[in-house]
Amino acid sequence: MPRSVDAEVVVIGGGPAGMAAALSAWEWGARRVFLLERNPHLGGILNQCIHPGFGLRLFGEELTGPEYAERYIEALEKTRVEVLTDTTVLEVGGDRHVVAVNREGVWIFRARTVVFAVGCRERTRGMIRLPGTRPAGIFTAGCAQYLVNIEGYLPGKRAVILGSGDIGLIMARRLTLEGVRVEAVVEIRPTLSGLLRNYVQCLLDFRIPLLLSHTVLEVLGKERVEGVVVGRVDEKGNPVGEKRLLPCDTLLLSVGLVPESELLKKSQMPLCPSSGGPFVDEDFACDVPGFFACGNVVGVFDLVDYVTESALRIGRRIGENEGHTPPRFILSPREGVATLFPQRIRRGKDGFLYVRPKEGLRKARLSLIHNGKEFHSLTFPLCRPGEMVRLDLAQVSWPEEEGEVQVVLRGEKHVDLL
Amino acid sequence: MFCIVCPLGCRIGVEQRSDDLILQGGCPRGQEYARQEVTSPCRVVTTTVRILGGEIPRLPVRTSAPFPKERIFELMEFLRALEVIAPVRRGEVLVENLLGTGVHLVATRTIRRLGKGEEGSAGA
Repeated sequence: MPRSVDAEVVVIGGGPAGMAAALSAWEWGARRVFLLERNPHLGGILNQCIHPGFGLRLFGEELTGPEYAERYIEALEKTRVEVLTDTTVLEVGGDRHVVAVNREGVWIFRARTVVFAVGCRERTRGMIRLPGTRPAGIFTAGCAQYLVNIEGYLPGKRAVILGSGDIGLIMARRLTLEGVRVEAVVEIRPTLSGLLRNYVQCLLDFRIPLLLSHTVLEVLGKERVEGVVVGRVDEKGNPVGEKRLLPCDTLLLSVGLVPESELLKKSQMPLCPSSGGPFVDEDFACDVPGFFACGNVVGVFDLVDYVTESALRIGRRIGENEGHTPPRFILSPREGVATLFPQRIRRGKDGFLYVRPKEGLRKARLSLIHNGKEFHSLTFPLCRPGEMVRLDLAQVSWPEEEGEVQVVLRGEKHVDLL
Repeated sequence: MFCIVCPLGCRIGVEQRSDDLILQGGCPRGQEYARQEVTSPCRVVTTTVRILGGEIPRLPVRTSAPFPKERIFELMEFLRALEVIAPVRRGEVLVENLLGTGVHLVATRTIRRLGKGEEGSAGA
C-alpha cells in the first residue's frame, strides 16, 4: 500500500532552487514542508560544479558549487523541513497529488502547494544535427563533469568540445588540468556563447584554440570516437570552405540547456514557447492555482544567485495565502528579446524581470511598452546573449489599465570577435 | 589583453618599455588587473583529490588564495598523489603552504565517513 501523506508544501528537486523554496516556505510559516530529491545528496548540479564563481551577488564572495550548496543544506538542517533523498517523483496531478518512490516504497502526497524545482537538462546529440557514426566517447559536457568531479573517471584522453557555452569552457580547463589533451572548442556561431572571463581563464590560459563559425561536420570511428571533421560554416550554419580532421577519442557537447518539462506536461501545465518552462508571475506562481516553479525549470538562468533569488520569493506568497487572482499584465518578448520571465505580473510591487538578449548590443535600452507607449526603460552600456539583463520591478510604475506589455531591447549592434 | 574584472570586457594595451609597463585603456581596476597579469599571474585552482572511507570517492578542493599560474601543472601533479581520509569538513585546511607558495589547500565539501555496511553512493 502506498503511504498517503498530507502536506502543506511539496518541493520537487533538492538543488539550489528547491532548497531555497523549501527554506522560504518554512520561514514564512508553512509546516509539513517536504523536499524531494532523487539523488542521495541535496545540492543538485552545484555538487559537480567545483569551480569558483558562485554567490558573488548574494554573499559578496566567490564560492565553489559545493560551498554554495552547503550553506543552504546547513540552513535546512536548522528547520523541520522533511528532506527525502533517493526519492524520485513519478507523477504530479492537477489536483496537486504527488506520487514518489524510494526504498521505503511508494508515497502519495496530497499537497496544498506544489513547487517544481526540477531544473534543466542538457541538449543532447539527438537534439542537434550531428552527422557521422555513433561510437562510444560522445558525452554532454555536464555528464563528463559528473564523471570527472564526482566519480573520478576521465571520459577519454584527447577531446574536442562542441559549443562554447560556459560548461564547455569550464570542462576544457578541467580536462586539461587532469591531463586530457583538448584539441579545440568549436562554436557554430561567430561569437562566444559563454562569459569572456571563462574564455580567458579556461581557454587562453591553456592555449586551447577556439574555432568560431565552425562546427563538427562528421563524427568518425566505429567502436570509439577516432576523430571529428570540423569545418567553417556560414551564418545559416551551412558548411563553406575547408574541412579538417581533428583526431580525438572524446567529443563533449555543450550545446545548450532546456527546462525539464516532463512532470509539468504530465500535470497539464501550460508551457511558454520561448522559455520552455511554465508561465509564472513575479512570485513564481504558475497559471494553475497551488503550483509554483522556480530556478532553471522556469527558464535557464545564468547565475545560481538568481535561481536562489527566484525561489526565495515563493514562501511569502504561500504564507500570505491570498488566493489566485488573474494577472494584471502579460509580458511578451519582442524585438531583441530571446526570452523573459516572469511572463505575468500580479502585484507589480517588487521582484525582478529577467530578460535574455537575442544578440549583442552596445548602448542597449530595455523598454516596457503598453498600448504603444513606453512606460519604463533601463539602459546598459553592453548586453550579450550570454548574460541576462535584470530589471528591478519595484522601480516600475505600472499603467492604470491592465493588459499586454511588450518588452523590447534596442541598441547598436555589437559585432565583435567575442 | 582582455580585461575580465567586469562584464564590459575592455581591451587593455600592454607594452613593456625597458623597466616601465605602459598600460592603455580600461579603468583603474582593469589596469591593476592587467599589471598583475603581466607581472605575476595567479589563479584560484579548484580540483578534486582522492578521499578514502567517504560517502563519495572524490573530495573537491580549492587553493586558499590565487596560486602562481605557471606552477599549476606542478600543483596538479602533487595533488594526484594526495589521499585524504574521511570525514572532512568544508573549510578544513588539508595541506599547508603548497609547494612553498604560502597558499593552502582547502576542502570545499563536507564528506562524512561511511559507516559499516553502508554503501558508497556517488550521486551529485
